[in-house]
Amino acid sequence: MTSQTVNNNNLRMRLKRRWEALMANRKVLPILVLVGFVLSFVVPQYNLIGPYYQLILMYVGINIIMTVSLNLINGYMGEFSVGHAGFMAVGAYIAALLTMYVWPQNMVAWLFPLTVIIAGLGTALVGLVVAVPSFKTRGDYLAIVTLAFLFIVKSLVENIEAIGGPRGIPGIDRLTTLPWVFFWTVLALWVTRNFIYSNFGRGVLSIREDEIASDLMSVNSRQVKVLAFLVSSFFAGVGGALFAHLLQFISPRVFDIIKSTDFLIMVYLGGIGSIAGSILGATTYTILLEVLRPLQVWRFVLMPLMLVFLMIYRPRGIMGLREFRWFVPGYELLATKLSKKPKVEVTDAAAD
Amino acid sequence: MTYLLQQALNALQLSSIYALIALGYTMVYGILRMINFAHGDLFMVGAFFSFMIATFAKLPFIPSLLLSMLGVGLLGVGIERVAYKPLRNAPRVSAVITALGVGIFLENFTLVFFPYPQSVPVLLPVIVWTIGGVTISSLQVIIILLSLGMMLMLDFIVRRTMVGMAMRAISWDKTIVPLLGVPLNLVISVTFLIGTSLGAAAGVMYAQAFPVVDPYMGVLIGWKAFIAAVVGGIGNIRGAVLGAFILGSVEIMVAAFLPSTYRDFIAFSLLLVLLIFRPYGILGRPQTQKV
Repeated sequence: MTSQTVNNNNLRMRLKRRWEALMANRKVLPILVLVGFVLSFVVPQYNLIGPYYQLILMYVGINIIMTVSLNLINGYMGEFSVGHAGFMAVGAYIAALLTMYVWPQNMVAWLFPLTVIIAGLGTALVGLVVAVPSFKTRGDYLAIVTLAFLFIVKSLVENIEAIGGPRGIPGIDRLTTLPWVFFWTVLALWVTRNFIYSNFGRGVLSIREDEIASDLMSVNSRQVKVLAFLVSSFFAGVGGALFAHLLQFISPRVFDIIKSTDFLIMVYLGGIGSIAGSILGATTYTILLEVLRPLQVWRFVLMPLMLVFLMIYRPRGIMGLREFRWFVPGYELLATKLSKKPKVEVTDAAAD
Repeated sequence: MTYLLQQALNALQLSSIYALIALGYTMVYGILRMINFAHGDLFMVGAFFSFMIATFAKLPFIPSLLLSMLGVGLLGVGIERVAYKPLRNAPRVSAVITALGVGIFLENFTLVFFPYPQSVPVLLPVIVWTIGGVTISSLQVIIILLSLGMMLMLDFIVRRTMVGMAMRAISWDKTIVPLLGVPLNLVISVTFLIGTSLGAAAGVMYAQAFPVVDPYMGVLIGWKAFIAAVVGGIGNIRGAVLGAFILGSVEIMVAAFLPSTYRDFIAFSLLLVLLIFRPYGILGRPQTQKV
């Protein structure tokens, strides 16, 4: 071994140790959130970065919300939902209609948080439509239920002339701002993380590993499934509401199967069953698509190829079933340490 | 009554095309337990092959049908070898996502060369008969008969030949059967060859029936055929045909008697209801789960 490689190894070891120390530091995450929140106010105020970059940042935030909520169903619960764009559409339409027709016009900006919450709650109710069939079916058959749900939502919206039919709703006020996106993103991540490490969340994981076994261990699988779908569709609706007030135009065509596929790719690119993975997947995918924009049509040829190679060489995605230590509660870390296993989660047989 | 008969004929034509695509899904699923989401796009590639052969080489219908079936079949085998084979022991979902990726790749690769919808030259003589008020075009008859012939041939291959026996054996058990001397990779390749070439045949016929091709034409039809396969009970060949005929008939009948925009809504609502009562499809059996 030459001295050069030794040096390199030394450097790598040192960097790795640094990284681990950073990850182990429990103060970093709150500081990051605080700094981010302040920045999200400061950046648009003083135009620190151009409006185009701000727009991309907001899309990244919305995509993170969508990805983490889909990850709850597909990653943590081990189902294969392909209808996430349908939930997004429901949220987007509820929010857009509230802003356009229900609220008094001079109040819409103040009522925006309420709009988003109502959109989320409405979508959560619709989420029950998918949760109920999931009691009986799993796997490919549940995939069909969600797919059918997506087509039904799209077809229903196209047929109701009062909400624009196939033409959609143009001219929605642009109420989505960087602080709001940041707030909802953090909230979605925080709620999902707490849900996963709660009793119900443990139930979700046990359903992924083996539903019959978890039933035997007295996990109330119906209740757990309903809760998971409620949380997931609530945040999908929130994402939809933010999306509608950012794009300022929604139509049934916006929320088609290709949109669902995008979210699926973000989840599996980042890695299933991981909050850090959801963040990384959504960010990488959104930014990469923008960076590759000069390639025009070819970027959509290149992206799927990259995805295929990633899946071949890293079938679990970037962070599959692993987690930044920031997101893991202290007692969980302690338990892992006591059992002297190097990884936080060593469960296998997921995703099947 | 004549109207009903006329619509029944249309339903038969659409269902045959759905059935050919659904067969590809169900064959691959039966063997690999994997949903080949690129299949709808292979259908599109088949339609484009026939369009290119008809436009540039000016070949008649039968050679262009056979050539596109062969070309797309080989493409399917190649995709399996390059993209799916390394993932056989990976979690199932990674293979599904890879298939989605391959599908998107095929769509956009075609889009690079054909950014606009292309119209396909007519390859078959169109003769229209009127029997008791029902108009029947020779095209419909050819499509229905040809797909029926292909389905019967597939049934024969799967049930009566050595290759078919090997396929059924492998779908039954993937670890022991290769030990008994069944060449696993060869059988999987043959499955992909047959399955995707059936999809390509559907594409060629679809391009004759509705003579415009565009790179995204396979997305919706592919998903619908997948639904047909699941309704029939995925992995079950006769179930796929049955599911396709149910889906096609419901779609056409809804479009015939109600405003056509309600087609998807009613068709998929019926599917949801059906899946609540038969969660594993009509001919499918619930798999026993071991704990």
